[in-house]
Amino acid sequence: MVRRRFSFGLVSRLSSPIYGRSPCSGGIWTPCLGQKRSFMTAKDLVESEEPEKKVTNRINMFSAINQALHTVLDSDPKSYVFGEDVGFGGVFRCTTALRDKFGRHRVFNTPLCEQAIVGFGIGLASMGNRAIAEIQFADYIFPALDQIVNEAAKYRYRSGNLFNCGGLTVRAPYGAVGHGGHYHSQSPEAFFCHVPGIKVVIPRSPSQAKGLLLASIRDPNPVVFFEPKWLYRLAVEEVPVDDYTLPLSSAEVMRKGSDITLVGWGAQLAIMEEACDEVSKLGISCELIDLRTLIPWDKELVEDSVNKTGRLLAPVTGGFGAEIAASITNSCFLRLQAPVSRVCGLDTPFPLVFEPFYMPTKNKIVDAIKASVNF
Amino acid sequence: MQGIMESIQTLCSGDHGNEGFMQDDEDEEEENGVGRLTSWAELLGFGLAVFSEAIAPQLQCFCDRTLGFAVGQGGSREAWIKAVAMAMSLVRKAVKKGWVGALAPAARVMSQALSTASEPITLDIPVPFKAHKVETPSVTVETSAQELTNFFKTMFIMRRMEIAADSLYKSKFIRGFCHLYDGQEAVCVGMEAALNDKDCIITAYRDHCTHLGRGGSVLEVFAELMGRKDGCSLGKGGSMHMYNKKGGFYGGNGIVGAQTPLGAGLAFAQKYLKVEGVTLAMYGDGAANQGQLFEAMNISALWNLPVIYVCENNHYGMGTAEWRSAKSPEYYKRGDYIPGLKVDGMDCLAVKQAVKYAKEYALQNGPMVLEMDTYRYHGHSMSDPGSTYRTRDEISGVRQERDPIERIRKLLLSNNIATVAELKTMEKEAKKEVEDALSKAKESPSPDSDELFTHVYRKGYGAKAYGADRKEVVVKLP
Repeated sequence: MVRRRFSFGLVSRLSSPIYGRSPCSGGIWTPCLGQKRSFMTAKDLVESEEPEKKVTNRINMFSAINQALHTVLDSDPKSYVFGEDVGFGGVFRCTTALRDKFGRHRVFNTPLCEQAIVGFGIGLASMGNRAIAEIQFADYIFPALDQIVNEAAKYRYRSGNLFNCGGLTVRAPYGAVGHGGHYHSQSPEAFFCHVPGIKVVIPRSPSQAKGLLLASIRDPNPVVFFEPKWLYRLAVEEVPVDDYTLPLSSAEVMRKGSDITLVGWGAQLAIMEEACDEVSKLGISCELIDLRTLIPWDKELVEDSVNKTGRLLAPVTGGFGAEIAASITNSCFLRLQAPVSRVCGLDTPFPLVFEPFYMPTKNKIVDAIKASVNF
Repeated sequence: MQGIMESIQTLCSGDHGNEGFMQDDEDEEEENGVGRLTSWAELLGFGLAVFSEAIAPQLQCFCDRTLGFAVGQGGSREAWIKAVAMAMSLVRKAVKKGWVGALAPAARVMSQALSTASEPITLDIPVPFKAHKVETPSVTVETSAQELTNFFKTMFIMRRMEIAADSLYKSKFIRGFCHLYDGQEAVCVGMEAALNDKDCIITAYRDHCTHLGRGGSVLEVFAELMGRKDGCSLGKGGSMHMYNKKGGFYGGNGIVGAQTPLGAGLAFAQKYLKVEGVTLAMYGDGAANQGQLFEAMNISALWNLPVIYVCENNHYGMGTAEWRSAKSPEYYKRGDYIPGLKVDGMDCLAVKQAVKYAKEYALQNGPMVLEMDTYRYHGHSMSDPGSTYRTRDEISGVRQERDPIERIRKLLLSNNIATVAELKTMEKEAKKEVEDALSKAKESPSPDSDELFTHVYRKGYGAKAYGADRKEVVVKLP
């Protein structure tokens, strides 16, 4: 796994009407509307580019996120963290010790009002601050949907670039945990993936979470950052202690393969890896891609991968798999050797006791891989 | 009349503890007390007492006095007397155990029940009401021995149920989220005393006891908590989603504050259909800052809907104290143009009085806000220890001074409605009821896996659900 390290430096405020500039571009940022990008495709994967030895710590995901927030609040005096119960550390401990270190005026609790939390964040960001709003569970983000879709996403566009709320980052834990029930397990990322003007970013591991969160906060566009709550404690990894960002809108190939491409994000990747291991015993070689940013997504990389393998499977739930499937079918139609398939949760509300039946589990993914390969 | 039937039921079920004319030393008496009878006079008194227990409550007092007089005399032929007395006590035991059905003794209980069950008792509410744009109701409330006893029993069952849920959660029978109501029982019990089945209640996720108050059973609650078939929502809802159609209980809602506009809608339906009932839309101090609550209040005031907004102020919105989350923690005034009352939520009678008053008001004039000043002993949910944002002293202080069950206990004892022993009996019964329900609920099976697809849409409308691979139709939704 190759990590490209980008130092922060000065981010130019030159911006195109909708997307602004990303810290990861060496040149001019282009919106993801079909123009060629010059880096990070499957073909360009250079394995000899070894990152230099860095000091790392073995920590879990909430600690990595906590470190990222500490870094941001340290480096930028105009950054603020707020949300329900963030003061004492948050229900998932992502904001521990922030209030003690940076004070009550920069890390503060809000009352129970998601719509107001995001709206307030938009206002704060439009004055040039970095507003990091926390929604306690992604299931509660719906009162704020209006603010995100109608206010945050369209601010730069409708004001002709006079104003923008690029400093806004909305963080929310999402996804199933095994016992969450209807309102603590939903994956609502797809609702936001069809809104031009915002970015949706989902990390899969602690080191990814720290880098992507730092990049999201510093990105001059509003970002909705979903954190897989299942991995908060479960995922433990060596995470560099210093300040680093990972590129947004850049997918990552986790393992190379030649028979089928699997695209996913977040906690589901752990399940997908298990499925890949299992089918590799049958001789099926899977290429596993972590999308990392859902919009604007790295279509190039996925297209190149599918052009190599000829098959695509998107075993992710929530609905965005449909967009990937449609895009790839459009661009790689003649190359495809099997229909693009998806493995998702079922068409019911997220259940309580039936969760094991509902989830796209490893066996369902293995079945789908086999079906696709044997088409 | 009801008191007598209750007593008979209790006795026939076999649990009756220490009733009888020799109250506190019952068991001792069986062994030693009979030996105390040393004269024919005593024996006669004893015999008469047995006879009176078996036959006529009215002879009770007379026999008590007789026995008292007889015991004062000395006597002889002890062994003979003891033997006869032993035989008679055996007879009494048999009769007492209810084998003779309706003539079962425990005359004391029956006579007491007869004389005091529905006699009105007037009591004063110690903590005064605070009012906003309305007159306060009177602090003198009329109740009865039976009502107070029912308060005690119901609250005790609720308390035991919540504590049992706590241990079930810790032993992983209940998974997911579990929000316990202990400490706040007075609110739902007091409310029920002022409502009937024409009224509707809708509340948030701390709903186990509210469900019980609306006619649910402890078995349903436990089964639902454990996700079993016998649960009130067929095991598909869980702790936060309990409903009761017959009792007009609309749940059981997970998203904070989302139930308040629903409450306005229920009230509109009641008004339109001329049902003469009100809706109680309950929410907490955390939810009091949600925008949708104010939207609901505006439309219910605009259209004069018979809805009562009940804010269960337990002073902590999860981990946030009320003064840290609300500019104005006087939630009864938050309705602004809607009148409000602040009520001591740990006092059943105050709650009953306030809800009665609010119901009359709402049926005539439109919405009202009631703020119930209450407290929860557990944390917000089972994953919250409850002590990181408040001191243990505070919790134990409230438990000692304001506990709703203790308050009713003191009332029952000071008004001579029940004795310590009788209360112990009631507690034992309640514990047993909860334990029975628990063991039955544990035996209940999980819902069938087909239930995963039922009730997504209305039955028979032909909607299809696609499975994980999105290709084949997995099931036509039933």
